[in-house]
Amino acid sequence: MSTTAFDTHGHDHAHDHRPTGVVAWILRWVTTTNHKDIGTLYLVFSLVMLFVGGGMAMLIRLELLQPGLQFLNPRFFNQMTTVHALVMVFGMIMPAFAGFANWMVPLMIGAPDMALPRLNNWSFWLLPFASALLILTLFLPGGGPAGGWTLYPPLVLQLGDAFPFMIFAVHLLGVSSILAAINIIVTIMNLRAPGMSLLKMPMFVWTWLITAYLLLLAMPVLAGGVTMLLTDRFFGTSFFSAAGGGDPVLFQHIFWFFGHPEVYIIILPAFGIISEVIPTFARKPLFGYAAMVYATASIAFLSLVVWAHHMFTTGMPLAGQLFFMLTTMIIAVPTGVKIFNWTATLWKGSLTFETPMLYALAFLFLFTLGGFSGLMLAIVPADVQYQDTYFVVAHFHYVLVPGALFGAFAGAYYWLPKWTGHMYNETLGKLHFWLTAIFVNVTFFPQHFLGLAGMPRRIPDYSPQFADFNFISSIGAFGLGAAQLIFLYVIIKCIRGGPKAPAKVWEGAHGLEWTVPSPAPHHTFSEPPEIK
Amino acid sequence: MTTTGFRADRAPRGRAAYVLALLATLAASPAWADYKLNMPVGVTTTSREIYDLHMLMLGVCALIAAGVYAAMIYAIVKFRKSAGAKPATFSHNTTVEVVWTVIPAAILVALAVPAAETLIRMNDTRNAQLTIKVTGYQWRWHYDYIDDGVKFFSVLDRASNAARQLGSGTDPRSVPNYLLEVDKPMVVPVETKVRLLVTGADVIHAWWVPEFGLKQDAIPGYINEVWFMAHEEGTYRGQCAELCGMDHGFMPIVVRVLSKTDYEAWLAAQKSEKSAAQ
Repeated sequence: MSTTAFDTHGHDHAHDHRPTGVVAWILRWVTTTNHKDIGTLYLVFSLVMLFVGGGMAMLIRLELLQPGLQFLNPRFFNQMTTVHALVMVFGMIMPAFAGFANWMVPLMIGAPDMALPRLNNWSFWLLPFASALLILTLFLPGGGPAGGWTLYPPLVLQLGDAFPFMIFAVHLLGVSSILAAINIIVTIMNLRAPGMSLLKMPMFVWTWLITAYLLLLAMPVLAGGVTMLLTDRFFGTSFFSAAGGGDPVLFQHIFWFFGHPEVYIIILPAFGIISEVIPTFARKPLFGYAAMVYATASIAFLSLVVWAHHMFTTGMPLAGQLFFMLTTMIIAVPTGVKIFNWTATLWKGSLTFETPMLYALAFLFLFTLGGFSGLMLAIVPADVQYQDTYFVVAHFHYVLVPGALFGAFAGAYYWLPKWTGHMYNETLGKLHFWLTAIFVNVTFFPQHFLGLAGMPRRIPDYSPQFADFNFISSIGAFGLGAAQLIFLYVIIKCIRGGPKAPAKVWEGAHGLEWTVPSPAPHHTFSEPPEIK
Repeated sequence: MTTTGFRADRAPRGRAAYVLALLATLAASPAWADYKLNMPVGVTTTSREIYDLHMLMLGVCALIAAGVYAAMIYAIVKFRKSAGAKPATFSHNTTVEVVWTVIPAAILVALAVPAAETLIRMNDTRNAQLTIKVTGYQWRWHYDYIDDGVKFFSVLDRASNAARQLGSGTDPRSVPNYLLEVDKPMVVPVETKVRLLVTGADVIHAWWVPEFGLKQDAIPGYINEVWFMAHEEGTYRGQCAELCGMDHGFMPIVVRVLSKTDYEAWLAAQKSEKSAAQ
């Protein structure tokens, strides 16, 4: 690749006295500024975190297998639910999509790299340290965070020595996300190949552009909120302390002003991946591209004005309840447009069912289901019954697991041959899919019934009337967890070898990423490609 | 009336899911008597309206889902490459796109109307006949009948508390109303508009009785007003619904709804107990 324009003024080759062996290998990954390397780092990191957070989920479901306390004390149980959520949201799913963005956005827009490569390196390397800091708080005196991932005061202020570490970890995770978001915006705005106008960009690039703006709007708000927690605890302020003239509900407004856009930050990149995968395996262009872009932008805008639907039982004025009910219901319109457009893309296509497509189709069915329970939750009077029960747990796991995570699985199988140069094992991929798709429903569907029957969330023990569905749910969770070992095996096997993948891996694939060889060489598009 | 808080006799919906679930755990579960799939209808006007709204939403969602899923399944079956399907090339259709934007919006507005009506009724706390101040503590509830001078704490009953300890060796199924029993329940008269003033003493809790369709966060520094009027006598059970620390799962709520005469007798007994103690 030394003939490419990119390398000639890179200074990589200027240093002759480079370390060798393990040190060189470590330094290569620690100091890399290459978008593909950093994308790989993000993806590997998120895979590790999938098993860390998943392991915590296994412990939670183990305790909930039977009524009575058998394995965990309530304190540790609360730490597990809290840290499971924080790890999965900040350590697993967001880094996974950041990994996809790093790998694919430059390839899709014909850019040689991300616009800010060193910043890129830093935004990744903040992550492992922030996550380690968060997880290590579990071993501090008084244990790790146990007040729920929502960090509500006054409860969160009762946390022991872990408190400042947790706040610092959240800050670092936030900085990492903000830097990544800036980088993605700058890249998309400045490094598109000549001729690629905004409305010619692949859908995945669009969804990430909008996600990045949401990150810029939301993450600093969270940073502000947790900083106020910190000063309440250590510097005598009373932002959230009623005794000092403050307001505990203020934190909830701040948190959910971040937290609701956050759920779209998680799901929009998955929408993008699904919008790439379905047209490929339907062999037909995405239906209603412009409408999809506008729907995504509408969803992002609406996500900023619905936050208080997480707070319907706090004692909000009637006008507030009505406003947030209506705006929340309206989100169903652009979301519906997306579902309909994906279905219309399938319509009169020529479908094949490779693993990425299977995940995309399961996404279509199961995300829709999560959307329906979301619509039910918007109805304030009914929400009074659903709020803080397993119905909510079922709802958000449906949008996060068969929603966001299936989107990530679809993307992983879709681009794995492009990343590794090898085809993955299709039989094992399908096995992984079917086990995951079945067990995800066995795990989460019964939780709807539990919530309706009256089981609150975040409890380590329950009345025996909830025993049967909890038992089913736990069995499903163990199956779901075990099935992910297949995913790990498929990836390792694919990295180590397999049938050679062509440049255009999938028959129906379109886009610049399929014009470069597989595996994608270290430097691509040093000369901008021609866009027709 | 021997109605209990969680009704075992109402499981009207979802036969198919019931059968599936039954098959899935036939070997594992000895007790099916308590089995329950749906939200309780409850014993207040609010809870019944909520139940109706819930069923309306479920019905509408099920109908739309049936249509959308049917289209997806049809496409997946019909347009398979292996069945010889050739891809079309169309990429948009303005008419259908407008249709499937406008129709869902119209359905949503139609659904919002009954929801708003119920919501307005739920917010009307005027003309209450009895006022009780409810305070959440870590981890027990305090009830204060502010016009009658009766006040007491309500904590998890001893049998549940012994059985719920890690490694207690007691089978929770052998404890009556495990985790849903207290030493001293709240008592209210039937057919009476009861206003609750809900607050928290330390952290945020939430007072929830499903059969009343009432859930209210108990927030330090706030006194939130809510109300209910129970139409049936009986014992109704609920739990704290906002994570409040270690024993969040162990601060149940029990409300006994008595006839008005029985309630007066109970109140008199409370008052004489109090004066005897002084």
